[in-house]
Amino acid sequence: MANGFGLYVHWPFCQAKCPYCDFNSHVTAQIDQARWLAAYESEIARVRDDSGPRVLNSIFFGGGTPSLMEGDTVAGIIAAARAAWSPANDIEITLEANPTSVEAARFRAYADAGVNRVSIGVQSLRDDHLKALGRLHSADEARRAVETAEKHFPRVSFDLIYGRQHQALADWKEELTEALQMAAGHLSLYHLTIEPDTAFGDRHARGRLPGLPDEDLSADMFDLTQDMTGAAGLPMYEISNHSTPGAESIHNLIYWRSGDWAGVGPGAHGRLTLGGERNATECHMAPSAWLKAVESNRDGTSLRRVLAHEDARIEAVMMGLRLAEGVPASLLTNVSKINELEDLRLLESDDTTVRVTPRGRPLLNAVLRDLL
Amino acid sequence: MTDLAHIRNFSIVAHIDHGKSTLADRLIQMTGTVAERDMKEQMLDAMDIERERGITIKANTVRIEYPAKDGQTYILNLIDTPGHVDFAYEVSRSMQAVEGSLLVVDASQGVEAQTLANVYQAIDADHEIVPVLNKIDLPAADVDRVAEQIEDVIGIDATDAVQISAKTGIGIPNVLEAIVTRLPTPKGDRDAPLKAMLVDSWYDPYLGVVVMIRVIDGVIRKGDQIKMMQTGAKYGVDKLSVLKPQMVDIKELGPGEIGILTASIKQVRDTRVGDTITHDKKPCARALPGFKPAQPVVFCGLFPVDNAEFEDLREAISKLALNDASFSSEMETSAALGFGFRCGFLGLLHLEVIRDRIEREYDIDLITTAPSVIYHIYMRDGTMLELHNPADMPDLTHVDHLEEPRIKATILVPDEYLGDVLKLCQDRRGIQADLTYAGSRAMVVYDLPLNEVVFDFYDRLKSVTKGYASFDYQMTGYRADNLVKMSILVNDEPVDALSMMVHRDRAEARGRAMVEKLKDLIPRHMFKIPIQAAIGGKVIARETLSALRKDVTAKCYGGDATRKKKLLEKQKAGKKKMRQFGKVEIPQEAFINALKMDG
Ligand SMILES: Nc1nc2c(ncn2[C@@H]2O[C@H](COP(=O)(O)OP(=O)(O)O)[C@@H](O)[C@H]2O)c(=O)[nH]1
Ligand SMILES: C[S@@+](CC[C@H](N)C(=O)[O-])C[C@H]1O[C@@H](n2cnc3c(N)ncnc32)[C@H](O)[C@@H]1O
Ligand code: SF4
Ligand SMILES: [Mg+2]
Repeated sequence: MANGFGLYVHWPFCQAKCPYCDFNSHVTAQIDQARWLAAYESEIARVRDDSGPRVLNSIFFGGGTPSLMEGDTVAGIIAAARAAWSPANDIEITLEANPTSVEAARFRAYADAGVNRVSIGVQSLRDDHLKALGRLHSADEARRAVETAEKHFPRVSFDLIYGRQHQALADWKEELTEALQMAAGHLSLYHLTIEPDTAFGDRHARGRLPGLPDEDLSADMFDLTQDMTGAAGLPMYEISNHSTPGAESIHNLIYWRSGDWAGVGPGAHGRLTLGGERNATECHMAPSAWLKAVESNRDGTSLRRVLAHEDARIEAVMMGLRLAEGVPASLLTNVSKINELEDLRLLESDDTTVRVTPRGRPLLNAVLRDLL
Repeated sequence: MTDLAHIRNFSIVAHIDHGKSTLADRLIQMTGTVAERDMKEQMLDAMDIERERGITIKANTVRIEYPAKDGQTYILNLIDTPGHVDFAYEVSRSMQAVEGSLLVVDASQGVEAQTLANVYQAIDADHEIVPVLNKIDLPAADVDRVAEQIEDVIGIDATDAVQISAKTGIGIPNVLEAIVTRLPTPKGDRDAPLKAMLVDSWYDPYLGVVVMIRVIDGVIRKGDQIKMMQTGAKYGVDKLSVLKPQMVDIKELGPGEIGILTASIKQVRDTRVGDTITHDKKPCARALPGFKPAQPVVFCGLFPVDNAEFEDLREAISKLALNDASFSSEMETSAALGFGFRCGFLGLLHLEVIRDRIEREYDIDLITTAPSVIYHIYMRDGTMLELHNPADMPDLTHVDHLEEPRIKATILVPDEYLGDVLKLCQDRRGIQADLTYAGSRAMVVYDLPLNEVVFDFYDRLKSVTKGYASFDYQMTGYRADNLVKMSILVNDEPVDALSMMVHRDRAEARGRAMVEKLKDLIPRHMFKIPIQAAIGGKVIARETLSALRKDVTAKCYGGDATRKKKLLEKQKAGKKKMRQFGKVEIPQEAFINALKMDG
């Protein structure tokens, strides 16, 4: 496939639920990892029947908290994937990790299993803010986890959330300065999103979440982030992702370039292009429902549909314009709108490509509403 | 047919919420007119909107049979009239059809502005008036004080006021007795040629046009050939009934009786309220004086949010117009809003009722433009134009002067809020005409321009007096003043639907308030938007809506695509509720909300 093929593995468990998080994550006392491994193996074999033979460019363990997986579980899944498809020479295998000391202790086992990239959920380098975000680790633990990771993995990235409660622009500047010194080629920097049906979402709706930035401060933080990462040699390549050239996440690029991926695990989505049609899949959300479906029907999928061409196009534009590189001009037909947005210096285009300008990036949703 | 001595015709006059509908319910119930199991509240309020808002919009009637203490059975005809000022003219007409009124006053509240307005109409119609003090079950009821107030303020004897609770039923038998013993019997001559008054008419989906009549002389029967003396139209009577309040057919109606008829009349517009109905073959000698048709005083544009619904709107408006002769409409095109209708209403309540019905019964989302009154434009060549829409304002070089309609507003308010009320009236260019006291309440009379009242005066009055003031008005006439047309420009383009007539001295303040409001009402765009108020070419107020700075989804990976796409579609659907002006999108509510003044 032109834009690559990857495998997404969803691990739906966490030690505690963070108040801002709307991911499919659950807190459970006991997890029978052997049983889960068997289920993932079964799913990989099943998806292989659908996808046919492919070159596998990436595997991504996301969550939830995949760093709660045992090394053997990770190793088993990687082995199954390698057996199902032909791994590319430069295959990227990423695992999302939380930076507690317990988890950092497993890094070695992950590396042995074949993981070559970790993405660590640092979120903040300030203890009081970590507490407010409901995190179980301290800033120092996070710093040490990043150091440990750099010893074990050739590629390391970490995540920060900004636009937090009571965070001034100067605070973010200071924190980001430190983060850029720690960074090893890749950073994900997310503006805090208040998601509905989360603890923060409820508090926000009741007016009990004070100190969030207004639109102007949010915009200033976003602009500052772009400027500082650019100056440090880690410019944005996607709205919230920054790297040195060549260190972009291969797996995530598949999403933004509308490549193909298989999704296994509770709530995982997939997209497979088969016979010129784009097939979208979704797995059962609840861990127990997924496990049961896999074990009794040998199929964890709850939804399967062929995307209409227009839907596939909209998705490709929506995802692709997040990238600095933009989308193929052939995806966009509304010439007068493009011209209008170019006049506002929010878009730029040439014969082959349409891109969002740095000025347009913080307004991407508005640009998309206009364009699509 | 009933002999005159056993008929009593009456209406009930009251300020809103003083218990008119509840009393009517009790009268119907206690006389067994409606079986207990068929009783519902506010029996006479037929339309959904009437029930929901607790207001009466159309006149309605009910025939009650009452076996009195004297052993005789009487026919009591109640005509229920709207209480709201918008429909004052209809009330005055309906009152001509009855001989007496029950004046209902809430004994815990006392006399209010609509009590006065309505009772004066009853007095004008030469009614015998029986004061009724309602809500005596309430601890706050003070019958002596309120009786005294009725005597002082209205000037009618309240010593024999009937004390009741329409809610609990106390005193209702006394009301029935008072109707029989204190209200006059109707006059009329059974042997004279037919003379009946057309009291009201409305459209019924099953029966077509229904006409309410009051017979004065003669007898009308089913199958009669009748003639409307004003319009000259002739019809055969298909159906003759009385309302109890459900329809019961009757063979004939004689002098003093009230009932309804149908006669294959196509449209409500073919009937004239106040017309004289007589027999085609044997007409009466002199017609009743008749009434002027009610004239719309407030105009506004109604446009479909979705242009594709224009034809649906046309149909909705013409159907509603069939049933409401006081509602006028003509097609209008607006550069900004496309095709719509310029509609005329009796007042703001009437406007709201019609707008609600279009949105609800016909499911059409509407943009309502600034309500405007009718200005008289005196041209230099001596002609006079009526201006219903500020957008049609002619070139000023041809205009000599403008006149605007004025009203006499009567406001009753507890002492402690008097200062706020005076300030409000003063701010609205009012001229004080009178200030007197009725107990601890002040009665203020102001001469005000209608255009200052039409929009949100009543809302403001309610809010500055915490709901304790009552208000009523009458049109008084036209007067010249220094009026100008103010235009609103959004992103340098005039938005005709927002232009309005204002007094020159108030233009700056009004303009500033409008542009500030609009700045809040228009969502930020990807570019900055100047919003200006201008008179002619001169900008009098300006605000800049700064550009949107941030709207971007932070996290969007493979699993988010489906959800984010749905969100995008939802947002795009939200955009459909907006109207495009050049490059700017204005939400539909902005048109009305921009006009609301806070001070
Ligand atoms: N306590 C009490 N409430 C009453 C009485 N009569 C009417 N009400 C209430 O007053 C409100 C207004 O009554 P309604 O008949 O709709 O007034 P209308 O606007 O004059 O038709 C309603 O909530 C009634 O229930 C009464 O005698 N006592
Ligand atoms: C799958 S999540 C969590 C990975 C891992 N369990 C952790 O918490 O570190 C990936 C990243 O999304 C970001 N994230 C999650 N919820 C967010 C929110 N509401 N607003 C902004 N970023 C969020 C966090 O930075 C998080 O590290
Ligand atoms: S943020 Fe990470 S650790 Fe927290 S609940 Fe979400 S997935 Fe779990
Ligand atoms: Mg009522």
